[in-house]
Amino acid sequence: MPYEPVLLARINKPNSGKLEGYRADGGYETIARVLKDKQPLDVTTQVKDAGLRGRGGAGFPTGLKWTFLPKDHPGPVYLCVNADESEPCTYNNRILMEKDPHQVLEGIMLACYAIKSPKAFYYVRYEYGDSYRSLAAAVEELYAAGFLGKGIFGSSFDLDIVLHRGAGAYICGEETGLIESLEGKRAWPRIKPPFPAIEGAFRKPTIVNNVETLACVTQIMKRGKEWFQSLGVPPDPKNPRDAGSYGPKLYTLAGHVEKSVCVEVPMGITIRDLVEKHGGGVWKGRKAKAVNPGGLSMGFVDVNAPLKGEDGKTEYDIPLDFNGPGRVQCLGLGTAAVTVIDDQTSMVDVLHNVCQFFSHESCGQCTPCREGTGWMLKITDRLRRGLGRKEDLDILVDVADRIGIMPGTTICGLSDGAGWPVKTAIRKFRAEFEAAIKSGAKSKYAKSLTMAGAH
Amino acid sequence: MAALSEDMKNRIRAFIPKYPRKQAVTLPALHLVHDELRTVSNEAIVEIAEILELHPSEVHDTMTFYAFFKGEGEKLGTTRLWVCRGLACMLRGAYELIEHCEHKLGVHCGQTTADGKVTLEFAECIGACDGAPACLIEDVHAMNVTPEKADQLITELKLK
Repeated sequence: MPYEPVLLARINKPNSGKLEGYRADGGYETIARVLKDKQPLDVTTQVKDAGLRGRGGAGFPTGLKWTFLPKDHPGPVYLCVNADESEPCTYNNRILMEKDPHQVLEGIMLACYAIKSPKAFYYVRYEYGDSYRSLAAAVEELYAAGFLGKGIFGSSFDLDIVLHRGAGAYICGEETGLIESLEGKRAWPRIKPPFPAIEGAFRKPTIVNNVETLACVTQIMKRGKEWFQSLGVPPDPKNPRDAGSYGPKLYTLAGHVEKSVCVEVPMGITIRDLVEKHGGGVWKGRKAKAVNPGGLSMGFVDVNAPLKGEDGKTEYDIPLDFNGPGRVQCLGLGTAAVTVIDDQTSMVDVLHNVCQFFSHESCGQCTPCREGTGWMLKITDRLRRGLGRKEDLDILVDVADRIGIMPGTTICGLSDGAGWPVKTAIRKFRAEFEAAIKSGAKSKYAKSLTMAGAH
Repeated sequence: MAALSEDMKNRIRAFIPKYPRKQAVTLPALHLVHDELRTVSNEAIVEIAEILELHPSEVHDTMTFYAFFKGEGEKLGTTRLWVCRGLACMLRGAYELIEHCEHKLGVHCGQTTADGKVTLEFAECIGACDGAPACLIEDVHAMNVTPEKADQLITELKLK
C-alpha cells in the first residue's frame, strides 16, 4: 500500500499556511488537549518512546536531549528552533515553513511545554525570505487569536515565539554557533561541555531542535508513538549503537534528476527507489555515477560499486536511514538531501565545488579547519586547472583525515564534514582523479569565474 | 548629522523587549539599517552600539563576521542579485549562469553596476535546489533561471 504523507499532507492545499485552514484540519487540537490532560513529562516520555531522532543531521534522540535539562533550574529555559538550513542540496525545512508553518509552530508549543520553556527563538536563515514571511504571518495570527502569550489555550502555560533572521552563514546551523549568533555575536561555535541543555542561549539551559523534528513532534503527539514506530526501520541487531530509524522522513532530490522534489516516505527507502520512483530517474536519460546521500558533508556513494555481501546490489541500493550510508563509508544520513551526479560530470569539478563551499564557510576559529579547508581548495583548484601532481591525491586524503573532530582538533564538526566528501571522492573515484592528473586536461570551468571580491 | 533617523532608532528599540539581553538585537538592528541605507557606516555602528549599550567594536566585530553586511566604503546597489553556486546549481548550469550575468551586467561578482542599480554576487547555497540553477533577488528565490530568464530579470531590476 502506498504511503500516505503526513508531514506534507497539507502543502498543496490552498491557503495551507493560514490558521483557519490549519484549524479546519484539526490543527492546535493536539496542543489544547495536551495542555489540559498531560504533564510536561508525559510529552517528553511519548517523544522518547516513539524513538524520534533529530532530523537536522546528527540524528540525536530528541526526547533524550530534552531530559538533559537540569531538573531544578529556576529558569528560564529556552527553545531555539534551528531553521538555518544551509547544507547544500537541502530544502526540506523550507517546504514545511513556507507551506505549513502552523504544523511547525504547534510542534514548538508542544516542545516548549515539555521542556517548560516560556520562550522560543526561531532562527531562520536569511535566504529563506518567503519562509520568514510565512512564519511571521502565522505567528501574528496566533497572537491575534490569543494562542500565544499569557495562558495559552486556557492553561496556565505562557509562551512567546520570537522570529530571528540570520545573515548568510552556514556555521549558524551548528547549535552553539546559532546560539552565539542569536546573542548578537559572531557565530563561533562554543567549546562543549557545557552543552546547551546545561548552559545555552543567554547562559540559560537551552534545547536546539530542527524544524522537521518539531513537525514530527506534532504528529507523534497527535497520532501516538505506536504509529511513529510502525514506520521506518528498527535498530540493526548487528550494530549495538544503532537506535533505529523510526517515522516518516522528508527527502529532497536535487542535481541530475528529472524531478527535483521534496518527498515524504518512511525511513529506510533506498537511493535507487528514491531517484527512480520519486525523482523520475536520472535526467536526459543518462546514468548516475555518484550520489551525495545527505548533504555535502556526508560524502559520496559510488553508484556502480558492488555492495559487500549482497549479490547484484550496489551502493545505489543502500537504505537511507540513520544506519545505511555508514555501510558505504559515508558519514551518515545527514539531512537526507539526495544529490545525483550523472556520468558526464567530472568528479574533479564536483570536489572543487565542495571544497570551495567548506573553505568559504569555515568560521575561521580553529586553525585545522580554517587552513585545512583552504588547503583542500587549493589542491582541487590545481587539479581542475590541469596542474595536478601525482602526490596531490594522497595529500588531500591526509589533510581530510587530520582536520576532523575525531582526533579532537576542532571545536565543531564543520571540518569533519569537509573531510568526508574529499575522502570518499578520492577513495571511490581515484582512477578518474588519476586520469585527470595524467592527462593534464583543464576543466571547462578552469578559466572562468574570477569571483573577485564576492561575498 | 546622525546616520540613523529617529524612526529607525525607534524600530531598533522596539526589538529590545523580545530578548533577555540587548546585545541580541545586534543582527536585527544591522538588518534594519542595511536594508534601508544599503550599507552600515561606522557612524551607524556607533549609533547602534549606543542604543544597545555596547562598545562600537562589539557591533563591528559581529557585523564583519557576516560578509553579508556591507561596511564603511561599500554600498549595495538598489537590488542585490545573488546567483547560487551550490552543488545542485553547479550541476545544472550555475557557473555558466554566473558568467552570463557578469557579461550582461558588465561587473564581476561582488561589484555594483555603474548606474547603481544591481549588485551581483554569488551565494554558496540558497536552499532552492529544487529550482536549480537558482537566484536570490534580495531575499526572494527565482527558480530554474535560464540565461534568457536572467536577462529578463536583469531588465526588470534595471527599471527599479
